[in-house]
Amino acid sequence: MNPITRIRSRTVVMPSSNIDTDQIVPARFLTTTSKDGLGKALFADWRYDANGAPRADFILNKPEASGCRILVAGRNIGCGSSREHAPWALVDFGFQAVISTEIADIFKNNSLKNGLLPIVVDESTHSWLIEHPGAEIEIDLASSTLNVPARPAVSFSIEPFARFCLMNGVDELGFLLSKNSEIEAYESRRRA
Amino acid sequence: MSAPKTMFEKVWAAHEVTPQTADTPAVIFIDLHLTHEVTSPQAFTLLRERGLKVRRPDLTLATMDHSTPTRTEQVFGGAPISIESAAKQIRQLEKNCAEFGVELLGLQDSRRGIVHIIGPELGITQPGKTIVCGDSHTSTHGAFGALAFGIGTTEVGHVLATQCLLQKKPKTCAIEVRGKLPRGVMPKDLILAIIGKVGVSGGTGYVFEYRGEAIRAMSMDERMTICNMSIEAGARAGMIAPDETTFAYLEHTPRAPKGKAWDTAVAYWKTLSTDDGARFDKVVEIDASTLEPMVTYGTNPGMVVPVSGRIPDRPGDAVFDAALKYMGLQSGQSIADAPVNVVFVGSCTNGRLIDLRAAANILRGRKVAKGVHMLVVPGSQEVKRLAEAEGLAEIFKEAGAEWRESGCSMCLGMNGDTVGKGEYSVSTSNRNFEGRQGVGARTLLASPETAAASAVLGRVADPRQFLNA
Repeated sequence: MNPITRIRSRTVVMPSSNIDTDQIVPARFLTTTSKDGLGKALFADWRYDANGAPRADFILNKPEASGCRILVAGRNIGCGSSREHAPWALVDFGFQAVISTEIADIFKNNSLKNGLLPIVVDESTHSWLIEHPGAEIEIDLASSTLNVPARPAVSFSIEPFARFCLMNGVDELGFLLSKNSEIEAYESRRRA
Repeated sequence: MSAPKTMFEKVWAAHEVTPQTADTPAVIFIDLHLTHEVTSPQAFTLLRERGLKVRRPDLTLATMDHSTPTRTEQVFGGAPISIESAAKQIRQLEKNCAEFGVELLGLQDSRRGIVHIIGPELGITQPGKTIVCGDSHTSTHGAFGALAFGIGTTEVGHVLATQCLLQKKPKTCAIEVRGKLPRGVMPKDLILAIIGKVGVSGGTGYVFEYRGEAIRAMSMDERMTICNMSIEAGARAGMIAPDETTFAYLEHTPRAPKGKAWDTAVAYWKTLSTDDGARFDKVVEIDASTLEPMVTYGTNPGMVVPVSGRIPDRPGDAVFDAALKYMGLQSGQSIADAPVNVVFVGSCTNGRLIDLRAAANILRGRKVAKGVHMLVVPGSQEVKRLAEAEGLAEIFKEAGAEWRESGCSMCLGMNGDTVGKGEYSVSTSNRNFEGRQGVGARTLLASPETAAASAVLGRVADPRQFLNA
């Protein structure tokens, strides 16, 4: 994973609440044994018509969505299935952050492990973002702040350990493996 | 004397390898890791890339359920699996399990089934355990007083390699269920009512503990239906305190402790219940005695009404209107008028023996309405054998329903068992998301009794009219 310190991008806005992981990646794309190439499946049932042609009215098919790395979504994005294919597809498409007022637990965990920042903001900031699609905003991970044009900076909360891993481009497995002696001690306690 | 603790806190504390600090989450030991073909391949790839082994194959069990065929000729007769990528995924799991020494209950194994149904059947789902699986419905196992939750594939890799997970401690929420469920109202109706009350994100960040008279009166099959859908309210885990019902279920399972080890285990399990005076972060109360059969009308499980009710109106709510448009239903319409093309009985929510009995009880001596396709998919091969032995399969077949081999099947349609575009499916599964059962499919979630009654009448139907007083 590449280290992430700051993301500056225009936003794509999908205001619907409860965007579930079945929408992010429909189940029929889950027979893959790889993480790669899932960007094509991202929001497939909303993005393509029955013949597989892009729907011109879907936000990700519009020219202004091109190059955007921040997705602003309605409340409770990522609910439903634990499929990590959801953040894999978002990242493969080019997203680096998802912003909402609520983000489902498993999706949030999965996102953090794939360099996709799940950022929860207050209602007022969220409303502004929803009303200003395409706004150029900046996420500063070191200071955990979101900079939005003509508004005071907004701080967001992120697990300190997840932030450390993201900023240093390291994954959590290395940390867990370094706990081997503690795990061995636990296992022998349990056997006793 | 130590402060009173919740069941969740007891199980959590017993599994802390290292506690949570200001800078790092807790390292939690996992007692049972269940895995399946869909969310594991990339995790095994990670192990290969890092040169790692599976740390505790003895605590790991694999099966295949999500993308597997349910047609007998494809499972046992050597007929080709319709979806090539699904067949490849199945072969990949076989290869990964052989290479890493993980026990696999493969396609033709008599113990195979949906991962959340076979764990309890084998007796490896036990009170006080931490149980994970790359599947959000892992919450099912909480019915035994285990702390069980779904994880992503990266975390599947973590558990394979270290038998541990990094976890932030969640909050606790008591769901207090007063009163008894009336006749014709099933645990599925109760959990749908709870999700309707709490909302689909109301449980985010919490572990639920279901408590009260109605819960205590339930069998293990029924408790599993309740815990299964915790995630549909946003809660990663739902737990029910173990009791004599739990112990009686486990005692005769093949892999439960035996002899002296059994006595020791039960003595420990009896200490797990939430202590009197323990504090939950949140409490939700619901009265079971006033409930009716419940049916969803929208595109998430929180959009639910009693079967005698009408679809509500939410003026100005564009997301709500879009959901009704997708469903082809109107505000003010009686849900019992909704049309039915497909009826699905099965899934980790309602694919156990008690569910099949409930559906068969309504279908006995009746026929599936003309034009309705009914599919009954047992949750495991064991459920299939038991249902055949007591004549349930014959009742389904005589009524005109299809009877299949076990698997996730039409719950998510990965194996090609799908609902057609625009068709209405009354389904005993857990999710009514857009396209969940097939592109453009319209899902109405309901209990096995409501599903069977709807199959008979060819529209959404109140099952109580078919139940003898």
